[in-house]
Amino acid sequence: MTKGLLALKNGDTGKVKSIQAGRTATKRLYEMGFNTGAPVKIIKNDSGPVIVYLNGCKVALGRGLAEKIILDI
Amino acid sequence: MSSGTIALVGNPNSGKTTFFNALTGSNQYVGNWPGVTVEKKEGSFTYRGKEYHVVDLPGTYSLGAFSEDEIVARDYILTGNPDVIINVIDASNVERNLYLTTQLLEMGKRVVIALNMVDEAKRRDIEFDIQGLSKRLNLPVVPTIASKEKGIEDIIKVAIQVMEKKPPVKSPLKYNEVIEHHINHMEEVLKGENLPYPLRWTALKIIEGDREVIKKLNKSILNQKAINYIKDFFKYHSSGDFELEIIDARYAFAHSIVDGTINRPEEDVITITDKIDKIFTNKYLGVPIFAIIMLIVFQLTFALGQDTLGGVVAYLVEGLGSLIESFLLGINAPGWLIAFMIEGVINGVGTVIEFVPIITVLYLLLGFLEDSGYMARAAYVWDDLMRKLGLQGKAFISMIIGFGCNVPGIMSARTLDNKKDKMITILINPFMSCGAKLPIYSVFIAAFFPNHGGLILFSLYTFGIIVGLILAKIYSKTLFKGESSYFIMELPPYRIPTIKNVLRNMWDNVYGFIKRAGTTIFVVITLLWVLAVLPASAQPYGEFSILGRIGAFLAPIFKLAGFGTWQESVALFAGIPAKEAVIGTLGMLYASEYVEEGALLVNAIRQHFTSLTTLSYMAMTLLYTPCVATLGIIKKETNSYKWMIYMALSSFVIGWIVAVLIFQIGSLLGFS
Ligand SMILES: Nc1nc2c(ncn2[C@@H]2O[C@H](COP(=O)(O)OP(=O)(O)O)[C@@H](O)[C@H]2O)c(=O)[nH]1
Repeated sequence: MTKGLLALKNGDTGKVKSIQAGRTATKRLYEMGFNTGAPVKIIKNDSGPVIVYLNGCKVALGRGLAEKIILDI
Repeated sequence: MSSGTIALVGNPNSGKTTFFNALTGSNQYVGNWPGVTVEKKEGSFTYRGKEYHVVDLPGTYSLGAFSEDEIVARDYILTGNPDVIINVIDASNVERNLYLTTQLLEMGKRVVIALNMVDEAKRRDIEFDIQGLSKRLNLPVVPTIASKEKGIEDIIKVAIQVMEKKPPVKSPLKYNEVIEHHINHMEEVLKGENLPYPLRWTALKIIEGDREVIKKLNKSILNQKAINYIKDFFKYHSSGDFELEIIDARYAFAHSIVDGTINRPEEDVITITDKIDKIFTNKYLGVPIFAIIMLIVFQLTFALGQDTLGGVVAYLVEGLGSLIESFLLGINAPGWLIAFMIEGVINGVGTVIEFVPIITVLYLLLGFLEDSGYMARAAYVWDDLMRKLGLQGKAFISMIIGFGCNVPGIMSARTLDNKKDKMITILINPFMSCGAKLPIYSVFIAAFFPNHGGLILFSLYTFGIIVGLILAKIYSKTLFKGESSYFIMELPPYRIPTIKNVLRNMWDNVYGFIKRAGTTIFVVITLLWVLAVLPASAQPYGEFSILGRIGAFLAPIFKLAGFGTWQESVALFAGIPAKEAVIGTLGMLYASEYVEEGALLVNAIRQHFTSLTTLSYMAMTLLYTPCVATLGIIKKETNSYKWMIYMALSSFVIGWIVAVLIFQIGSLLGFS
C-alpha cells in the first residue's frame, strides 16, 4: 500500500517509493537520503513541518514537501 | 614552504569546523572564494617539522551544482588540486555521508576518512567494524572525536602517508548497463578533448544533466562534433532522466559498504535530544521557549557584560586617559594634541572600547546557541509563522545570525534556495539589531532605565524582528511574489558546545569590534574632531564650529522625532561608517560638558535626553541606514547597486517614521 508521508502518524514507518515534487526539490531530497527504498519513521506530524527519522538522523520537512513523498507501507 | 595541501570535505553538522580547529589550532585565516561571498577558511599545521596547508571547504550534502557552496567545493576539488582530501563523516549517519564520499572517488581524488563523533555513535549503541569499512571502501578510515581532539594525530599520519605514496584511485562504482553504456559512449566522444575535468566524471555529469558542467564545456573546449553529440543526447533523453537513478546507485553503493560493517540497534535509542525536542518543538511551547531563551541571552548579556564587567573596562580607559594626559602635559605637548588625544581619542574611541565586555558576552552566548544545535529548532518552530509572512523557517536563522552582525547574517541567506526568499531575507536583515549597536543602547539604558537593561534590550531586538517581519510580508505581496521555497532541514542532536569553537567565534567577533574601533571609528572620530574644533575663531565643539553648522543644518530633520540638536544629528550620520561611532561621537561632543571628576557620558546623556527621546533615538539607531559594511555585502549578494541604495534610503525613512511616531504619540500621552 502506498501513502503520502503527510498521511502517516507519529511512530509509523515506510519506505520511499517516489517523490512527486519538482526536479530540484526531488533531487535534493534524494541526495539527503530520501532515495528509493529509504526507510523513514515519523517522529512528529501535527502542526508545522513534519519531523522524520532517516538513517538515524532527524530531518524536518515542510508540509507541502512532505505531501509529495510517497511511501510504501 | 608548505609540503602539501589537505582539503576538508564533509556534510553539514559532521563536525568539520571543530575538526578544522583541532587540526590547525590558531593558525587559520578567513577570506572569500574568488567571485563569490562564500567564506574560505584556510590554515596550516606542522607535523614532524614539515608544514601542511589545510583548506576547509563549505559543508555540503553533495557536489552537484545545487548551491554556490557546492560549486565552490567542487571546483576547488577538481581544479585546486589538493594532495589529499580528509572526508569528515558523522559516525551516526555513515550511509548518507558516504554519498558525498562516492562523489569524491568518482572525481578520482585521494581520500582518507575521518569517522568523526564516534563517541556519540557509541552512546547510541552503534557498532563499527572499522577494518571492514576500510577494506570495502579501499580507503583508510580513522575514528576521531574532533571535540576532544582525539584521533587527529592518527589521521594526520595517514593523510601524509597517502600524500607521499600516491596510491592509484579507482572509482568503485559501476552503474547499471544502460547508464554505463551512455557513459562509455560519452567518454568516446570526449576523449582527446582538452577537458578541464577527469574524463569519466565529465561524461557522468553530462548524463546526469549537470547544467554547470555542460555550460562550461560548451564555451570553447569542445569541438563541434562533441557538442552535436551532447545536443543529440538530450534530444532523446530529457535532462534529468538519469539523475535519480544515479543517486539511487550511489546510495546502493553506500548501503553495500555499511551493511554488515555498521550495526545499528533495532530500535533507535531514545536520546536526550529526543526528549528535549518533545518540548522545544512542541506546537504550543516552541515559540515561547524561543522567546525565553532570547530573553535570558539579553538579560545575561546586560548583567554580565555591563553591570559586572562593564565598569572595569571603563575604569581602565579613564585611567589610561589620565595617564596619557599627564604624560603629554609632562613633555609639554602642544595643546591641540592634548585636546585631540583626550577629547577625541579617549572620549570618542575609548568610549567605544568600554563596551568590549558586553559585546564579548553577547557573542559568547550567541556562539553557544549556535554550537548547541538549537538554531535548527528555532528555524523549525518559526517555519509556520514565517510561511504566513511569505518566507520560510530557514530565513529565521539568518535573522538570528544578524543579531551578531548583519554581514554574516546576509551572507547566510545564500543557503536559501529561491531568489524570492533570498532577496527578502537580505532586505530585512539590517533590521536585526547587531552587536555594534549594543554600545549605543547600553549608554542610553544606563542613563534612563538602569534597572531594566535586559528587558529593554530584548524589546529592542524583538521590535527589530517585528519590523523585519512586517516588511517581509509587504515585500512578498509586492516586489517578490511567488511561492516560498520548500523547507528541508537536518535537526542535529543537541550537543554541549565545544569551548574552543565558542571562544573562537567570540574572539573573531570581538577582534573585529576592536579593530573597527582602531580603524574606521578612529578615522571617523578624527575627522569629526577636526571639524568640531575648526574654525579657530569658534568655540570648540560649539554650534559655530564647522561640525556644529553641519549638524544645525541636519537637525531640523529630526525635530519631529524629539532629538533635534546638532550633536545628536551628527552622531547618527557618523554611525553610518560603523554604528559604534554614534556613541563615540556623542562621547566626544559632550566631552566639554563633563564635570571634571568621575564624569560620565551617561550624565551628559541625562542632560540632553528624556526617557521619551531616548526611546525614539534608540528606535532610530535600531532601524536607520545600515553600516557601510552591511551596505557593501547587500550590493555583493544582490549584485546590484539599486538594492543597496534602496536599503540605505528606505531604512532611513522607516527609522525616521517610527522615531517620530514614538515621540509624537508619547508626547500626546503625556510622557516626557
Ligand atoms: N560528541 C562530539 N561532538 C562533536 C564532535 N565533533 C564536533 N562536535 C560537536 O558537533 C557540533 C557541530 O560541529 P561543527 O564543527 O560546527 O560542525 P560542522 O557543521 O560540520 O562544521 C558542535 O557542537 C561540536 O562541538 C565529536 O567528535 N564528538
